[in-house]
Order: sequence, then structure tokens, then C-alpha cells
Amino acid sequence: MIETEIKVTPQVAAEHGLSADEYARVQKILGRDPNITELGIFSVMWSEHCSYKSSKVHLKRLPTKGPQVVQGPGENAGVVDIGGGWVAAFKIESHNHPSFVEPFQGAATGVGGILRDIFTMGARPIAVLDSLRFGPITQGQGATPEEVARNRRIVDGVVRGIGFYGNCFGVPTVGGEVAFEPCYSANPLVNALALGVARRDELFFARARGVDNPVIYVGAKTGRDGIHGASLLASAEFTEESQQKRPNVQVGDPFVEKLLLEACLEAMHTGAVVAIQDMGAAGLTCSTCEMASRGATGIEIDLALVPQRETGMSPYEIMLSESQERMLLVAERGREEEVLRVFRKWELDAVVIGRVTSGGLLRVLDHGRVAAEIPAHPLAEEGPVYSRPLTAPAKPARHEILVAFAPEGTNLTANFTSLLAAPAIASKRWIVQQYDHMVRTNTVVAPGAGDAALVRVKETGCGLALAVDGNGRWCHLDPRLGAMHAVAEAARNVACVGARPLAATNCLNFGNPEKPEIMWQFSQVIDGIGEACRALGVPITGGNVSFYNETLGRSIYPTPTLGVLGVLDDDSLALRSGFCAAGDSILLLDGAGSAAGSAVAPAELQREFSSSEYARTIHSVVAGTPPAIDLAAEKRLMDALAALAAERLLHSAHDLSDGGLAVALAEGGFATFFATDSLGADVSFEGSEPAEWALFGERGARAIVTTPQAALAAIERIAAQYVLGLRTLGTVIQGTFRIRYNGRELVSAPVAALRASWAESLERALAAR
Amino acid sequence: MKFGVVVFPGSNCDHDTHHALGTVLGRPVDLIWHQSEDLAGCDAILLPGGFAYGDYLRTGAIARFSPVMRAVTKFANSGGLVLGICNGFQVLLESGLLPGAVLRNAGLRFVCRHVYIRVEHADTPFTCAARPGQVLKIPIAHSDGNYFCDDATLRELERNGQILFRYVGPDGHESPEWNPNGAIANIAGIINRERNVAALMPHPERAAESLLDSADGLVILRSLADTLARRERTAAVAERVSA
Repeated sequence: MIETEIKVTPQVAAEHGLSADEYARVQKILGRDPNITELGIFSVMWSEHCSYKSSKVHLKRLPTKGPQVVQGPGENAGVVDIGGGWVAAFKIESHNHPSFVEPFQGAATGVGGILRDIFTMGARPIAVLDSLRFGPITQGQGATPEEVARNRRIVDGVVRGIGFYGNCFGVPTVGGEVAFEPCYSANPLVNALALGVARRDELFFARARGVDNPVIYVGAKTGRDGIHGASLLASAEFTEESQQKRPNVQVGDPFVEKLLLEACLEAMHTGAVVAIQDMGAAGLTCSTCEMASRGATGIEIDLALVPQRETGMSPYEIMLSESQERMLLVAERGREEEVLRVFRKWELDAVVIGRVTSGGLLRVLDHGRVAAEIPAHPLAEEGPVYSRPLTAPAKPARHEILVAFAPEGTNLTANFTSLLAAPAIASKRWIVQQYDHMVRTNTVVAPGAGDAALVRVKETGCGLALAVDGNGRWCHLDPRLGAMHAVAEAARNVACVGARPLAATNCLNFGNPEKPEIMWQFSQVIDGIGEACRALGVPITGGNVSFYNETLGRSIYPTPTLGVLGVLDDDSLALRSGFCAAGDSILLLDGAGSAAGSAVAPAELQREFSSSEYARTIHSVVAGTPPAIDLAAEKRLMDALAALAAERLLHSAHDLSDGGLAVALAEGGFATFFATDSLGADVSFEGSEPAEWALFGERGARAIVTTPQAALAAIERIAAQYVLGLRTLGTVIQGTFRIRYNGRELVSAPVAALRASWAESLERALAAR
Repeated sequence: MKFGVVVFPGSNCDHDTHHALGTVLGRPVDLIWHQSEDLAGCDAILLPGGFAYGDYLRTGAIARFSPVMRAVTKFANSGGLVLGICNGFQVLLESGLLPGAVLRNAGLRFVCRHVYIRVEHADTPFTCAARPGQVLKIPIAHSDGNYFCDDATLRELERNGQILFRYVGPDGHESPEWNPNGAIANIAGIINRERNVAALMPHPERAAESLLDSADGLVILRSLADTLARRERTAAVAERVSA
């Protein structure tokens, strides 16, 4: 109880992360000095993490509307219509800093937090995906042995943490992506996306309504864990002392969350629940003031009634605790017993701790004595908003070293084999096997089996496709173009399982926004996402911004991660990426038409090739610019893929991305569970570009598809209809993988040898610790 | 005929099992709450996968003390059919309805993937729709599926034909590489001596529709349904004879 006696001074406010201006604003809103509890409340609500004070002005430029959008940004999750009277709620969020300080619990509670955001809306979670970024886990990328060992420990902890939470909670982890770059060594990224479904007329919102309606606390007891998680951990850079922040990381209990899920959905069905919000970042503080603010009401609670895990907690600690697995709900007055009964059935704490009031005040009592009294709306919505300065970085003075193409005719088998073993490209089976990706029996396209995950909706017979993508390296080289590619790739992946991209969610991971060049990256990325989302018809329905991803002043690559959701009206139409049968034709679909690439100057090809995974893995070069993007071509390709899937003309579809055509072909053959079932390819084609570009270039709007001979004519018709380039590359065969270009054999190897390189690389690095 | 699927706090395959029995097989099925000591007239009880009571202390260790398990034990002891799946297997081991125990997987990690299991005995209520030696492709998803028992128990299991399923390769041959968790004698599932209580680590309810990659698990669920149908017919005949 010592804190209540602390006198609040500008110095104390500064220690809470509030600037002098922000503190003055607090004094103005209150008309007096805050007490220590009130200061704590303001400091978390106005932290970067909760207030979006640096990003707000930019986020406004994103497209958020469309006929399919039921709920855009501003609620716990975005909601889109999927037909048949059903909606999908989905959102992605970061849990980066906690996952570095304590990888297992950090990642676990990241999953727990995003799941609560979904079922708070009344939607049952049916899938989770993760986008992960780590430092190098193999030697030779400039990382010291100690860094490599630490990175492996972080990967292991994060993967175990995600599995621990999702597996027990009973939601399938159906996909995601992972990349490794030195810039994430001391600042890994853990972005978790969750998807849920609900009947459209059974959605719930976090708007406190009805004066004198009871406010009910449900779920786990409040402890001292996670205090200032949002403000001190998520809204500051890392320093050498960051390990001392471990007590700021929350501890997750997926079992309690599973009970909370079932109890909340059951309570919602009683019809007695008016509003509900989870207690995530900033806990009781955020849930009370946001619900009151959105509902244009006030809320009064008495902390003496809050279930507590420890004795002697002060109002400051209770209001700021980020203990997990808690919810706050507003019930209809007189019907609270119906709600409480459900939570008793599930053996969870459920206590009326206060009531909705008129007048717009958040009033916090402690045994009847006022501990804090703050106008809810200014607290939640009128925090500081910054138009921070932005400056494009100066062009590097030194001459940029680009990749020189190998002489034509050079055999590329050895390079190709190395590329397949690169952690970014190698099989992710070691990771996905640790996740239950099948529970709920909806997983039609499992992790690694297709370009996107596809889960069916049993109630309507449709399939929901989800992909997460982001290329930090490309955003580092050109933030705007890189961000456009992130949107395009995620949407293309969704199209490759046959689905129609519907909407997107984004997680924006950046460095310190107080640096003008970081803010410039952010602004560029927003422009890129906005332009691509508009062109592809996928509005942004929510997401999260994570700034201060810096350690000792070094920022990560700007890393927007895009999650795109698509719908497939009939789940049996789903396409996978793996080859099905020897003898099938392999075709290349090119949204840019048949003349792709040939008009581009050689110097430009060299620049774009220098940004590729091949350049990085084989030549240790990260330079140049990402390939130019043609959004109209991307859109044509996506539309064509949906049409091809609807007519059941394809055996497989796989887009070209990291590692280009050669890697896409190899992955097509590897996508079987057992090595003995692997298939190869016999491919021969012509072109005017350098061979390395033709095999490993990463220009977008392209996909390889396989098909039985009989379907070729129908495919040609659809390709012509959508103005796609279409070329026959070769045939699916058994045993061997062969690529000829302009009459010269560039790659030739037994499938088994290539597969071994691809299949075991991640496991070798991570399993043997 | 009616199936009952027990719902413990933390069960997470209860809905899936209900879906496979009710929607895919089209049989009547009830969910039975863990606090209930009334099995609602069900003719076969399934203990589903998940993390009953959070699997705190040890998998299945708390669930065995639940009210519903008193009823399930009584039901089993009077000849009722009980099938445990994954966590349900663990609960049956803790309850003493089946011999042995499970240890942490040999690889010390959670494993979720398809495996192949061979039907060792096709003359039980749980496997009568299978061919002897039939190989089924069914997924697993567990951290603690490494079945273990002492030598004497193992000999007894073998002698009494109680080893119901073994991990094998796609061609039906046993080899360590096809054993996903280190289970002794490649055991994936066992049955009691009386042949009315059985359990396995793989999830037959996850392999009930070809859309989800395999429908092999239906063989096990259909065996149960066939057995119940046969019993009903026998009971009807007996009733007519006695009338």
C-alpha cells in the first residue's frame, strides 16, 4: 500500500513514461494533480502500445470499408461476412518483447491474448497462425556462436509456447511463416493471428450500456504479474538491463482460457450479457475505460471485490495487473444470476464488482473509498496524438554491391541444393508437428500442404483460407514496395488454395518511432499497404502496431505482416500445392501476360535479383530493390485461380515466392508426407533473361499449376479470359528433378537428394541442442 | 442405441467426437457433463481427447476422481463399452480400468501428425468392422503417449490378446522409425481382459472424412456402432423369445 502515499511529481510522471506535455494534459483533464493510481492508469492507456499515438495519423490512410466488412478497426477484432448468415472474426497481434525476455511464456500469452480478442466478439476460435522472425540459427551469417545458440533457444521456447497454449486450449495452429535475419537476433518477432466464426446476429461488442447494469469480473484471479507490460515492456527499446523486465511478462494458463471460452459463449447465449471485453494489455484499466468510452457511459467498480491471487495488492497494482485469462462483462440488471450461474458451472470466479453509471466517469473505489476518478472518454480516446517527423534515410555513400549473374550454362544444382536448405525455405515440419493443427476437425489444407491454410466451416460448408506474409528484407530495401508485396503475396497464397481474398489484418513491427527515418519507413509501409489493399479489394479490418523493436539502438527491418482471409464457397474445391501424379503437365501462369520480364533492362534484373533469397543465401548479398509490382496482374492471376479451382481443372497450385520457380517446382514434389512418395519434375523452357534470374527470380503474379492433359484446353480458355500468360514448362515425373533452360541442363539431381537437403535442415539446426 | 461423449473441463475433442458419431455416422449421441453420475442411458461411452482438468499433476490424474468416472467405472464393470481416445486413454490408465501408464514422448515434444496403426485383433467390439491386420492411417496429437508397462504386464497383454493396435509403416511392418513416441512394443492401443474397455492414442474421430485426408478412423467408430446394433437385435430377439 506504499504507492498510495507516493506524491506525484513531474519526475514520477516521467518515470512512468509520460512526457512533460502529456503530464500537463493529464492535469488539464483532471483539473488537478493525479494521485499515483491515476497516474498509473494514464501511463498505460497513453503508452504507445495502447494509444497508437505515433501511428494513428497514418493508420487513417488505410482502406477499411467494403460491403463484406461487418466490423472494421476499433473493436477487439475485425469481422467480415462469409455468407449463410455467418461471419468470421480475425485479427493479428504482436507479442515481440515478452517473447525475447521469456520466449515460452511470451509466445504462449501472445496466443492467449489474440484468442480472447476473438471469443470476446462471441466467435468461437477455429484457427491460429503465427508469423515469426528470429536471428540466424546457423553459423556463417555473421552471427557469433553464442548468438546462434541463443537464437535456437528462443526459437525452441517460442515454438513450445505457441504449442503449449493452442494445443491445450483446443484451437488448431494451421499455418504461418518464419524467417531468419540477423536484425531479429536481439528482437525476435512473434505475431499471432486468430480466426473465429459466429452467427452474424450473435456478435458481441465492447460497449457498456444501461445505467445501473452490473459490471462482472470473470476468469482468473488478479495477481502482480504483468504490471506495466504494455507501457514498460512493449513501449520501450531494449537495453542491457532488459532481462530484468522478466517479472513484467505474464504467465499463461490455457486450461483456464478454455474454460473461459466455453463459459463466455454459454453466458452470451443466455441473452443476459450486454457487453464484454477481455482484459489484455493494461488489464482492468483498459477494459473499464474503453467499454465506458465506447458506450458513452461511466463505470464504477470497487477493487475490494476483485478476486485476488495475492494479499495486500494496492489499487495501483490491481488496476495495472496484466494477469491473463480474465474478462469484464456488463449484464442486464436483474439477470446477473443467469450469467453468474454459467461461470459457477465452469468453476470460474465471477463477481459483480461495479455498475454502469451515467456521467462518463471511470470511478475506482477501494473498500468504498475513491482511489481514482477519471473521465473515461478523454482517458481512452483523447490521449496524445503525434505527427512525428519523418525523413527518408540518406542514400548509402558506398557503392552498392549487386549480384553478378553466373555465366550462362553454369550448372546450378549445387546452389539450388544449398538454397533448399536455407532455413527460410527448408521444410517447417519440425515446427508444425509440435502444434496440434487438426483439433476441431476442420483443417482441410494443413500446414505445408498448400500455400494458405484452409479450414472448413461445418455450419455452412464453405472454407476459410488464411495466409500470413511479410518480407522484412524487401521492406528494408524499399518499405513501400515491400509492403505492397506482403499484401500481394498473402492474397496470392489465399488464391492458390482456390479462395477469393476477402479482407486483411496487419501487424506492423518497427523500430523507435521517435527516430524520423523509422517514422518514414512506417509512413511508406502504410502507403504501400493501402495501395495494394485497394487494388486487390481487401480492406484492413484490424491489427496492431508494435514500435520500439530495437535493442541497443539497432532497429529490426521494418516488418509489416499481412494476414489475408479468403472464402471458398465449397470446401471440397480446395487446392493443395503438392504434385499429385506423374504424367501431369506443369504450367506457369503469369498475371503479367506472356511477355513478362523480357522488356526489363538487364541492370534492372540485376538490381531486383540482388534482393532475393538466392542472393542472400548463395552470395550473402542484401541489396538492390524488390521486384517491381503489377497489382493489376496480381488481381488477374487471383481471379483466374479462383475460376480454375471452381471448375476443378487443377491438381495443384503453388505461387512463386522465395527461391523463385526452381524452389516452387521442388516444393511441389516434396509436399507429400513420406519421402518415398516424393515426385520430381522434368522442365524445359526458353527465355531472354539470365538463367539464375529465370530459375530463382522472385517477381510476383506468377504460379505453377499441375493438371492432367485432358484439362489443358479448358485452362487455356480461362487463361485467355483473364489475359494471363500461360506456358507449359514440363511434366511431373518420378525419381528425378531436371530443369533445362534455353536447351542447357542447369539442374539435375535425384529427388531424394534434394528432398533430404530441404527436409532435414531446420531439424538439424534445432533438434540437436 | 446411444453414444455418450464425456465432457471434462479441458476436454477439447468432445465436439469432434460428437461430430464423427452424430453427423458423419448419423448415430444418436449425447454429451455427458463430468459432474454427472448419470450416463443418461447411453450404450457406449467415449472419453475424448484434450487436457482434462488441465492435466495438472499428471495426465488424467485428476479426471479419475470426477463424479462421471465413478459412473463410468460402474458401467464398465457391468460390461458396458468404453473407448478412451488420447487423453481418454490416459484417464482410463489412471482409473485402473486399463493396465500400464504413459510417459512423456521419447522425443520430449508434442507430436501431431498422421501415423499408421495395425489392427491386431479384429474380434473385439472396437475392431469388428476391420480386417485382421488392417493398416489404418490416423493422426496422433500428444506429448505423453509413450505407453509403458512392466515385463509381466506386457507378457500378459500379449498372451491375452490385449494389444489392440500397434504403430507400423504403411505396409504393415513394425520398425522403430514408425513408432512416433517410443511406446513399448509399438503399442498404440490396448483392451482389457473382458474386452469391453479399450483405448488408443491416435484420434479416430479426426480420420472420419476423406476431405480431412483419411476416413480410416471410421472403422473403429463403426465397429462400436455395429456392436451396439447387434446387441440391440439380440436383445429384441431374446425379448420376443421370452414373450
